[in-house]
Amino acid sequence: MCSTCGCSQPAEAVTITMAGKASDRDHGHSHHDHHHHHGHHHHEHHHESGHSHSTEIDLEVEILEKNNRLAERNRGYFMAKNIHAINLVSSPGSGKTSLLEETIRRLKDKRDIYVIEGDQQTMNDANRIDAAGARAIQINTGKGCHLDSHMVLHAIEDLKPSENSLLFIENVGNLVCPSLFDLGEGDRVVIISTTEGDDKPLKYPTMFETSQICVINKIDLLPYVRFDVEKVKEYARRIQPNIQFIELSATEGAGMENWINWLMQDQ
Amino acid sequence: MHEVSIILSIVDRAAEVVQQNHGKAVGKIELEIGELAGIEWTSFDFAWEPAVRDSVLSKAKRVVHRIPGIAVCSRCEKEFQKVKLFDPCPECGEYLHHLKSGKELRIRSITIT
Repeated sequence: MCSTCGCSQPAEAVTITMAGKASDRDHGHSHHDHHHHHGHHHHEHHHESGHSHSTEIDLEVEILEKNNRLAERNRGYFMAKNIHAINLVSSPGSGKTSLLEETIRRLKDKRDIYVIEGDQQTMNDANRIDAAGARAIQINTGKGCHLDSHMVLHAIEDLKPSENSLLFIENVGNLVCPSLFDLGEGDRVVIISTTEGDDKPLKYPTMFETSQICVINKIDLLPYVRFDVEKVKEYARRIQPNIQFIELSATEGAGMENWINWLMQDQ
Repeated sequence: MHEVSIILSIVDRAAEVVQQNHGKAVGKIELEIGELAGIEWTSFDFAWEPAVRDSVLSKAKRVVHRIPGIAVCSRCEKEFQKVKLFDPCPECGEYLHHLKSGKELRIRSITIT
């Protein structure tokens, strides 16, 4: 039985695996249906209804109560160890992993960096992060379209991020599903690239609503694409008036200093 | 298709309630879901049956109370119904609002059999 959360059932679709040399110690920790028996804060009122064998129970509980509870647990862990945890969300192909590779190259001598990679399949992204020089762990969600706080809890157990470190959680590439699932992060960063439509904030508003930072990536391609940066900002601000923007090119380096400065502002 | 995760979370909680109350199954479940909570209704309906199959909810009557998005403008304090997350205040055009309702994702009640 898992001592942290009490989950005890056999493997299902989700696997969590360390990248690089550390994969020797991969124990294929599985994520699965589980039953937590922590205190529930709901009141149950029993009403005898007309039918003698049925009982109506008033619950008024959050559907995502379990996810939210484990997210707060992760958040408490991050706060206690002064870990800046960042949930990176975007469509597939916006350059999340490339941004992380460049970030690691620039920051690895100044700060400990850890990465939790979320993808349906393959170790590819965790291996790229490992090659760039940071500790990485891969969560494969199988058919799942987003990470949840329970997967992250187990990933942290294996990754063991150090105090005062940066922890990036690269979510599954998907601009819809990850938005509802709090992972316990300190900041949520949504990435949009200039090869996408500039009306994405309006098409996928929930993700922009729940993000504090919007990175606009691939600005080196602006001369070649129909992408209006000001329009994206205006659309995103309609949904989240307080969102901040960082424009950059992860592969060419333009604007990267603004991103790095934001990451280091708490140091 | 995060609606599947949402429904599986409902199934988990319903199974716990049935077990705690020594019941057999759920006869009726009442949900409260906000119009701005990020649930796509067609996906939710489409996913419900396969997601609850062979669970305590497989034969349950499902009642969904859809809660409208009600916002209060941060500038002029007008209260209005927000249909989309990017709707401006109809009075002054402001986009910064306090949302009073519309984000609910709750189980209101479960009737066990």
